Amino acid sequence: MPWTKVLIDKSEFENTLGREGLRGLTYRAALLEAQTQLLESDKSVFLLGEGIDDPGGVFGSTLGLAAKFGPDRVMDIPIAENGLTGIAAGAAICGMHPVFIHMRMDFLPMSMDQLVNHAAKWNYMTGGRLNVPLVVRSIVGRGWGSAAQHSQALHGLFAGIPGLKIAVPSTPYDAKGMMIAAVRDGNPVLFCEHRWLYDFVGYVPEEMYEVPLGEAVTRRKGRDVTIVALSLMVYEAIKACRLLEKEGIDAEIIDPRTIRPLDEETILESVSRTGRAIIADTAGKTGGVSGEIAAVIAEKAFDKLKAPVMRIGLPDAPTPASPELEKVYYPGANEIAAAARKLCGK
Amino acid sequence: MSEIDKAAKLHLLELMLRARLFEEKIVAVYPAQDMKTPVHLYIGQEAVAAGVCAHLRREDYVFSTHRNHGHLLCKGADLKPIVAELYGRATGCSKGKGGSMHFVDEKVGCMGTTAIVGGSAPLGVGAALAAKLRGENRVSAIFFGDGASDEGTTYESLSFASLRKLPALFVCENNFYATSSKQSARQPCAEIYKRAEALCIPAEHMEGNDVEAVYFAASRAVEHIRSGKGPYFLQFDTYRWKGHVGPDCDYQKGCRPKEELDEWMKRCPVSKYEAKLISEKVTTFASVEKIRAGIMEGVEAAWAFAKQSPYPGPEEILRDVYK
Repeated sequence: MPWTKVLIDKSEFENTLGREGLRGLTYRAALLEAQTQLLESDKSVFLLGEGIDDPGGVFGSTLGLAAKFGPDRVMDIPIAENGLTGIAAGAAICGMHPVFIHMRMDFLPMSMDQLVNHAAKWNYMTGGRLNVPLVVRSIVGRGWGSAAQHSQALHGLFAGIPGLKIAVPSTPYDAKGMMIAAVRDGNPVLFCEHRWLYDFVGYVPEEMYEVPLGEAVTRRKGRDVTIVALSLMVYEAIKACRLLEKEGIDAEIIDPRTIRPLDEETILESVSRTGRAIIADTAGKTGGVSGEIAAVIAEKAFDKLKAPVMRIGLPDAPTPASPELEKVYYPGANEIAAAARKLCGK
Repeated sequence: MSEIDKAAKLHLLELMLRARLFEEKIVAVYPAQDMKTPVHLYIGQEAVAAGVCAHLRREDYVFSTHRNHGHLLCKGADLKPIVAELYGRATGCSKGKGGSMHFVDEKVGCMGTTAIVGGSAPLGVGAALAAKLRGENRVSAIFFGDGASDEGTTYESLSFASLRKLPALFVCENNFYATSSKQSARQPCAEIYKRAEALCIPAEHMEGNDVEAVYFAASRAVEHIRSGKGPYFLQFDTYRWKGHVGPDCDYQKGCRPKEELDEWMKRCPVSKYEAKLISEKVTTFASVEKIRAGIMEGVEAAWAFAKQSPYPGPEEILRDVYK
């Protein structure tokens, strides 16, 4: 199906879906279109973030929106993440639908208090009387020496907080559909994007549509091993599958799309068939989402496992700057493929 | 505004009594240990909530803190669900999921309260932003203490409210103690309002135990805000008679000198104002007794309602985590 198709680069799109007359958009353009349509269709939607009206337009994802919708709908704000997150949450409590945009996910810890103590809990603390329809976009950087404070994938830090939803869309189709679903969801949603996804092209319908939060998607069917891949790791998993295919290993790829709520059913169903699981995350392993998914598999599908669950994640160190160290730091298709070979005894 | 009519005076007294009598009831019943929620009492500070809320309309917003009882009651929150919340009942304003520190009654603009110090200002400014973006003539009143004024969120909120000329009323209740830390141990300058002035927000500073002084200051503030000129900051110096949490005084523990408490108790906002209105012949002792009796009737009815309400069932644990 074109909307679940993952294509590694633009030419691949043009040679396949593009030929069928389907519209291809980059991930950034899909985000831009989602936000444009949300702003056009709902007066309670507004965007805020540091420098979102800059010439760069948050890597192109907000380009031109300030000029089109004006400073009351697309707000540049002071560098005051925690206070402004609370302000966005307060507006949401009073019926607005703010989308708070951080150019780097590394800035989210600045607003931990308002996200964790306030936005996540307001609906519960008020007995369901006052919900917080707040979306917080943030972008994970990588490469070019971005180093320890400009390339963290921190979704795991928030994954243990009831009341938050966490989206990690990997395709342009999901970027648009999940952005629209997140804004309409009525709960605080952390929308985690990876900078390296921005240029990927995929089929994106022109009309508004929602991709429901909490539904995983199978990116590739396979018999021998399940690879649960998050965000950018979906593409690494696809590359790994192409290597493994030649070696007679048929891997299945599950993209959870949201890590809270987590679609356990789809993951468990797949692992029950293949008997082997690898979880590939863009973050570190310790205390993270990959361990959580591994625990779910161990608790609920232990008797179906033919081999231990394996995880692919970052080493337990802050991100280094040197290009030679970056190469060591980031695992990819080769590491996923090696894990699959090990699990399959090849 | 420099005039206040008889009805408004009586209203101020009634608002203060509402807050005071409600909390005196808590003090009386708390030792029974069946009210299983930490209570942060407002006794001694009632003039601030009364004088400010007297100018707020039903649709105006209020954001408050762990010490929120007085603000909610003076804004007109429904008493029965509040008492039921104190007893953790299903009929509580938060279905027994919030407790004393998270009272809510959105029908009168009370959009929830936070127990994280410094949390009320950003949320309240967000409400003011929502009102402004929608073109509504609403004021968002934000109550916080001297302790919260040291939080970055308060500074950030003041700055953004000023930048965007938002209809936010910042009400700083300086009761001189953050838990039991004295103001002089925490703040280099007792004039907290100057921080707002530094951000181009008009600000005033006065004693907060004189309810008419509070009333006139709040009148100037609310008029300024409603005319679209942006936020306003009021610093009221007042005094909390009880410890940070619980029904007892804390001087026995060495948290403050007893003489200091005695001195402020002589300046009780409620009894002082009651005596003033009687001496001005605005009312009589008998009429005040009637007001008290009327309030107590409501308080007792709320207590009865709460105590005969059911507890939430176990199925409630996972409800309301998400909308």
